[in-house]
Amino acid sequence: MIANVSIYEILTLTTLLFFIGLYGFLTRKNLITMLMSIELLLNASVINFVVINKYMFPEMLQGVYFSIFIIAVAAAETALAISIIINLYRLKVSVDVNETETMKY
Amino acid sequence: MNFSYTILIPLIPFVVFLLLGLFYNRIKEPISGWIGVAGLTASAVLSYFTAYQYFYNTPKVDGVFQTIMPFKINWMNFTDTLHIDMGILLDPISVMMLVVVTTVSLMANIYSTGYMKGDRGFTRFFAFLSLFTFSMLGLVVATNLFQIYIFWELVGVSSFLLIGFYYEKPSAVAAAKKAFIVTRFADFGFLVGILLMGYYTGTFDFAILNDVNGPAINGTVVQSFMGMSVITWALILMFMGGAGKSAMFPLHIWLPDAMEGPTPVSALIHAATMVVAGVYLVARMFPAFHFVDGGTAQHVVAWVGAISSLFAAIIALTQYDIKRVLAFSTMSQIGYMMLALGVSGYDGHEGVGYMASMWHLFTHAMFKAGLFLTAGSVIHAVHSNLMQDMGSLRKYMPYSNIVFLITALSIAGFPGFSGFFSKDEILIAAFEHNKAIFYITLLVAGMTAFYMFRLYFSIFWGKDTHYHHTPHESPWSMLAPMLFLAVMSIVPGWTQILPFTEWLAPDKAGIHWHLDPVMATIASSVGILGILIAYIFYKKPTEYPAKISAAFGSLYQWAFRKFYIDEVYTFITQKIIFQRISAPFAWFDKKVVDGTMEGIGNKTASFSNLIKGIQSGKVQDYAFAFIGGVIVLVIIVIYML
Repeated sequence: MIANVSIYEILTLTTLLFFIGLYGFLTRKNLITMLMSIELLLNASVINFVVINKYMFPEMLQGVYFSIFIIAVAAAETALAISIIINLYRLKVSVDVNETETMKY
Repeated sequence: MNFSYTILIPLIPFVVFLLLGLFYNRIKEPISGWIGVAGLTASAVLSYFTAYQYFYNTPKVDGVFQTIMPFKINWMNFTDTLHIDMGILLDPISVMMLVVVTTVSLMANIYSTGYMKGDRGFTRFFAFLSLFTFSMLGLVVATNLFQIYIFWELVGVSSFLLIGFYYEKPSAVAAAKKAFIVTRFADFGFLVGILLMGYYTGTFDFAILNDVNGPAINGTVVQSFMGMSVITWALILMFMGGAGKSAMFPLHIWLPDAMEGPTPVSALIHAATMVVAGVYLVARMFPAFHFVDGGTAQHVVAWVGAISSLFAAIIALTQYDIKRVLAFSTMSQIGYMMLALGVSGYDGHEGVGYMASMWHLFTHAMFKAGLFLTAGSVIHAVHSNLMQDMGSLRKYMPYSNIVFLITALSIAGFPGFSGFFSKDEILIAAFEHNKAIFYITLLVAGMTAFYMFRLYFSIFWGKDTHYHHTPHESPWSMLAPMLFLAVMSIVPGWTQILPFTEWLAPDKAGIHWHLDPVMATIASSVGILGILIAYIFYKKPTEYPAKISAAFGSLYQWAFRKFYIDEVYTFITQKIIFQRISAPFAWFDKKVVDGTMEGIGNKTASFSNLIKGIQSGKVQDYAFAFIGGVIVLVIIVIYML
């Protein structure tokens, strides 16, 4: 718990963070940037877990553990995504999302 | 007496067929012929042994030959009584047929080793011959209607394969198709007959169907259709199948065309064995034909036989292709056998027609196979089927000349030859039971003698034809079977040697037979008259044939064109069935049935074309749609519920 900071302020922060990530994911054309946006989304939810745990159920630790899980899974996911992007780059010599439109009708 | 070895008689040719058929690339020319001949020899020897054991060493019970079933398995059960068996049935006619089939088949096999020499399909040919022999043997030993039907169809298939043996020749292919379709059409009737019979009597077994107190004959089946009992209908439909195989009018059209096959095939199938399958079927079911409804079906058999025999004899007078003349004479002689069955009675001396029919079947098989093999030998030497291309061949082919003369005398009913005796019996049977048929038979006897000797004199005497290649006598592999068959055209007539009259009576008790001197005189003088006319007309080239044919004018044209039966069939199938019936059906199928299905397919395809843009491949579009969906759901959950 942080002194003088209520849960609403922190939740406002995470909500902003979430929608910034969402906006970035939908509008960026660079795959790396899109990946970064996804990180923002994830971070927003991780912060939510921790904050809600701390403010509402201080005697428990599930939220904290969950956030550690999410960070671990996110790291693995990012590694996977990066490797896909690198392979895509070798194929297309570009990391633009518009270049990846081969899987369609 | 243990007859269990008889199972080998059909099985040996089957094994030979499998061997030659499966390894036809490996087994080369002379070897495959020897394998075929060896297999057939084994079968033939076993058949002779069976016949000897059956006729001489098996005791008769109450003076009647016993029906023996050395082998029988239950194959398929429908009800308690209705089941399909596979088995072997030995009685006088099946034993006699075993001998006929294996003998003629063996002769055709030996002959083919010479005749087919150097042919590309040598091994294939012998494989088919063995298949055919297997099916025919299975047919004659059948214990029930279904077994006979199965082998009946196998015979049809092997005949198709052998007629179309030269499958690169369009006419052979057409002939094979024609034979198959016409006989198949007839077999449809046969099948319906079998099913009717099985449905109403509850059995397929010959022993029960032919039992005088059995369900088929004793009148327990009372259903009738159009004034005749269903059993009579079943018999007539079964006879339709028999008429198809035996080339009876009007289902005979395939037989002359079937001469496209190699000549040994014509001898084996279209003269001696397959075409008598119909006669054999009627003989097999004879008590049923005779007793049901006072023999209505039997009258049908008699008249179809008589008409066919006259009809074919008239056409045979006018043809020039020697194999076709022989084909029509086959049809005419088979008609003889049919009419003899048709006028026969059952007990004691009344059964003379049946006996004569079976006896004539035997003698005819021998002399007709001999005639065909000789014709093959002549064709082999001259490289033509037409009489006009032949003449004076006696100088080049002395043995063929002798064989042809003997066999022709036999078919013409010259006294002392086998055909004389068996034909005489047929005439007696016809005389005693149906005068109209008797006169037809007598007329046909004269015509037969005439056209056979027209053939003989045109080939071996007649004009001095100049040949490009001097014709040469055939090799011994071909001559030996011919000479054997020439001997067999004499021997079976003499009851002192082979007492057919004792063996082949319908009640299996035997008929005490004496040559009727009056009938014998009439028959042989008619035959000799025919020969004499042919002698005057064709011994040396004369004007008479042209004058006579001109005198008959359009009648001659009709006969020469085979009474336009082929054209009638073509008209019915092409103009009526194809154009009037099949074409509208085809239109309906194409436009309505296909159209509906295609419409459904096309509509689906065009609709999916419209909406396929959704699958754009853009990751961010998908994400947007997903998020939009989530937002909509959230709004619904929060505000609407």
